[in-house]
Amino acid sequence: MSKRNIAAIVFFSIVAVFFIFSSLLMHPFGSPDQTDMDDDIINNAQGETGANNAVTSVVFDYRGFDTLGEATILFTAVAGVILVFRRLKK
Amino acid sequence: MNGMSRIVKTIASIIFPFITIYGLYVIAHGHLTPGGGFQGGAVVASGCAMILVAYGSVWTMGKIKEKNLSLFESLGAICFILLAFLGLGFGAVFFNNFLVGSDFLFGTIPATGSGLADINTGGVLPLMNFAVGLKVIVGLFVIVLVMAYASSVKEGKQ
Repeated sequence: MSKRNIAAIVFFSIVAVFFIFSSLLMHPFGSPDQTDMDDDIINNAQGETGANNAVTSVVFDYRGFDTLGEATILFTAVAGVILVFRRLKK
Repeated sequence: MNGMSRIVKTIASIIFPFITIYGLYVIAHGHLTPGGGFQGGAVVASGCAMILVAYGSVWTMGKIKEKNLSLFESLGAICFILLAFLGLGFGAVFFNNFLVGSDFLFGTIPATGSGLADINTGGVLPLMNFAVGLKVIVGLFVIVLVMAYASSVKEGKQ
């Protein structure tokens, strides 16, 4: 076995040990440390935004800037694709 | 790329209205059910991409003007930003939900907790879903259409 393979095995075992330990240290599902923001959104989203879908109220109201950035990314992607492929049509 | 066989064309044109209606339903009920503008727009755009694959890009490009597509996409983006600035004008801050609680469109506030859904709720969220949905439908379809058309023209020359 060459030195490269030994180094690769040692490296991957170190990474695997880190992953296993960090997965053992994770919180159980559904019980995070800080629950202030979740409780606030769950209790107030329907009254404040009027939408039954709390995810949409977060995406379009509380985090509207994020959606604006996503829409800008899509616009830029379309503009770039048309810019690249327009020359080929003639 | 030329179109596929007659069987594929027939089945695609039968299925296409159902896909479109489902995607528009997901967009229109974005504030009530899972989904929204991005997801429903992706559904409708994949239906249009199915028509593009079945009928060929040259036929589709002959049916649609590219200028109209870019017009609609810009219209979606402008409507979205305009709604955000209307929040700045009528309310307090950028992206303020100024329609909620008013007697105008989409103004009803639902009771907190689970219950029957009312489509006349949500303030500006349905309007923003419509704007983003229009933008995603046309944007994704333009990407697929322009790439397919460019590759087909290149194949024809060789």
